[in-house]
Amino acid sequence: MTISKPLGRQTEKLTTGTQAVAQAVKLADVDVMAAYPIRPYDGVMQAVAKLIADGELDAEYIVAESEHSQFEICKHASAVGSRVFVGSSGVGWMYAMESNAVTPSLRLPVVAMIGNRALDDPGAFGVEHNDAMAVRDLGWLLFWVEDAQECFDATLMAYRVGEDKRVFLPVGLGVDGAFITHSQTLIKIPDQETVNEFLPPYDLGERLLHPDNPISIAPQANEDWVMEIRKQTDDAAKRVKGVIREAHDDFRRLFGRGGDNPFFEEYMTEDAEYVLFGMGSLGLPAKVMVRRLRDRGEKVGFVRLKWFRPFPDEELAEVLGRFRAVGVVDRDYAYGSPQHGGVLFTDLRAALYDAERRPRVVNFIGGLGGRELTPEMMDEMAYITKRAAAGETVPTVSWIGVRE
Amino acid sequence: MSSGTEANTPPVAQDSAAGRSSTEVREEAKSVEFTYRGIYQKTLAANLCKHVVMAARKRDWLGSTIQRYGDSPERNGVPAKQFAVIAPDEMRLQEHMAKYEPNELDVITVLDDTLCDGVESWAFYGRQPINLRLRRGGTLLVISNRSAEELLKVIPRKPWDWTLAILPGTPSLGGLWVYRDDGTDMRVLGAIARTRPDIFEFSAVESVVNEDEKLGEEHLAALRDGYEEVVIHEVAAGVGKEDDYEPVRLPGYKEMREGIIVEARKLGERNPDYKTSSDRTMRPVVNFDTCIKCRQCWLDCPDECFDITEEGFHPVNYDYCTGCGICAQVCPVEDCIVMVNDLEFIEEGNEDVFPMWKEDKEAYHRWREEKIANGRIEHHDYFNADTWAWSGGKQADRTS
Ligand code: SF4
Ligand code: SF4
Repeated sequence: MTISKPLGRQTEKLTTGTQAVAQAVKLADVDVMAAYPIRPYDGVMQAVAKLIADGELDAEYIVAESEHSQFEICKHASAVGSRVFVGSSGVGWMYAMESNAVTPSLRLPVVAMIGNRALDDPGAFGVEHNDAMAVRDLGWLLFWVEDAQECFDATLMAYRVGEDKRVFLPVGLGVDGAFITHSQTLIKIPDQETVNEFLPPYDLGERLLHPDNPISIAPQANEDWVMEIRKQTDDAAKRVKGVIREAHDDFRRLFGRGGDNPFFEEYMTEDAEYVLFGMGSLGLPAKVMVRRLRDRGEKVGFVRLKWFRPFPDEELAEVLGRFRAVGVVDRDYAYGSPQHGGVLFTDLRAALYDAERRPRVVNFIGGLGGRELTPEMMDEMAYITKRAAAGETVPTVSWIGVRE
Repeated sequence: MSSGTEANTPPVAQDSAAGRSSTEVREEAKSVEFTYRGIYQKTLAANLCKHVVMAARKRDWLGSTIQRYGDSPERNGVPAKQFAVIAPDEMRLQEHMAKYEPNELDVITVLDDTLCDGVESWAFYGRQPINLRLRRGGTLLVISNRSAEELLKVIPRKPWDWTLAILPGTPSLGGLWVYRDDGTDMRVLGAIARTRPDIFEFSAVESVVNEDEKLGEEHLAALRDGYEEVVIHEVAAGVGKEDDYEPVRLPGYKEMREGIIVEARKLGERNPDYKTSSDRTMRPVVNFDTCIKCRQCWLDCPDECFDITEEGFHPVNYDYCTGCGICAQVCPVEDCIVMVNDLEFIEEGNEDVFPMWKEDKEAYHRWREEKIANGRIEHHDYFNADTWAWSGGKQADRTS
């Protein structure tokens, strides 16, 4: 792996994931933020409000009366040419769904931080990925971050990719509640000039809603129109991967971070026979487990998916084809789905169907409702995956860490 | 202070903590806990965690901080925890990340001594001993004006030796919203440097303070004060309160009722599984002789703590009392309900005192008066008054 030296100056700062997102919001010079509190997203409300109060960021900060209005405000602000930042968690995000569902069709590059939270009841606020996944089929791009540094990096990336003229789609950042939102680590923050070089100003061009540019957005559309609108979004969604690649190259060149592959991270996979596969903060215990197992001579690795939408199907098929078995860790559920597996598992199996070399794919459901995924649980998953690699009969889907 | 002068020699009024030196077991990650009162001390705990990491940076270690997510530090007085974990490199730090709390603590710092008799956070874990995860040879640092002997009546014993460090002082609101910084964070950091130089040396935290433009001479003075004032007691295995903590047993999915249903309490019953008394810093003491049985306390207590006796009196059920002080405010009879520091009741625990009054009224009054004389607290006066800008519901003079 070759990482070039970053251009410009970088400063070290101790931040939570939400404070890291706020730092990126500041350097992206966001114009409008609409806010409504819910745990664990709300840390970013406080962090951005403080930046504005301290005179570090000049932006409109609108406290809405609900998530529904919050997302509507940002959608509309985006249409008049403002770079916007919004976000929520769990059922709050779901309450905004009417707005979220139409944002991709309007082709407005709203950037939202989704502080992943269980979809209640009973008042659960730990991480689950089902909240963000509610928009997985609607045209939202979805990125899952691993830590506070990636919170910062992915926020800049979200604006760069979402606002690209070939894309113009909203981007959701999946940030695991508690583990990322409520813990602080040291991150590196680049200077404004380098960020400006990476991120051009938001420009809607001829789609800008402005009195000098008389257009009407989203008039009534019936069956004569809708399918064509869907096809346009489909084409845009197909262009995203190319745009991500370009942005990733620039990101690495300018900031000296980001790894070889724009879509996923491979960890100790070179000679691996089997790997675990997952998203978000579980990367940390997974890496700890992989190192421990490597010390015991196990040929195990880990692949962490960053971009879930667009799903890097071909890229994954090529890489995962090298292994005998893949154990997919889902921090979500998909009741009644094929094999009763998780969302990531089902998508990955679909992506591998046409591949020349198909590994065995087994599934683990774990860490729901914020339950800790420990290296020991990862060890258990690795063991089942290893047995799958050896051709043994193992359950296709296993729930890990559930009390009987 | 940004002068970047040569670090001062740490004060050497006392010997460094026995048995530890800064060169010992450096390769291990270290975990420091701050147990605090929700809202009131949240900023203080966060600030302390940050400084632990920044001081660790001075020797090129990395660090991270964790707020225990199940706590609800947005609720007044609820016990809550924040942790700082420092490690020599990224690999060892990762072992401690994506976690709610470290498995073992090198140092547990208690920012309010009434937390010493156990913490029950908002998310139900049962009432946990203050030193539950203290590592063998670990240090419990308490801000308190009480003696080690008194504190050890409520702090459970451990099967190994550990250190009790007491930093003289009262609970602080330092840095919360508009309250003036009172240097408590600096004093605590000084005390940690003194007792546990393996976490960070005095010179390390001193240079962090020196480089911070917002901090000045008074902060350095507070840092030195904490270093000098902390008193260190070695506690042998088996010394302390009997440890009766039992981890909560959680049911499996096959045992649980479907549809998220739990048994409710019958009318008049109290929930034995969720007691809120560890929120309490002070407790109401009732004078049953002057009580006019008006029931105002019973009506207004937000936690429905008042039982009604056959005679129509209103004793407090201390298992559920959070110590909010509302009853003392609404009681129409002067001094009929008086709030007293909760650590005055080490012997009594949460026991009902009404039978004592019934049995021997004279003895009850002697008892009551002694408690009031030792630990009376006026409403809103629990936390360090130096930082308390709002007093008795009125805005105080904030002249400086
Ligand atoms: S202090 Fe008084 S009002 Fe408050 S919880 Fe205790 S008994 Fe109830
Ligand atoms: S408010 Fe005071 S006087 Fe009235 S019942 Fe309660 S303790 Fe007695």
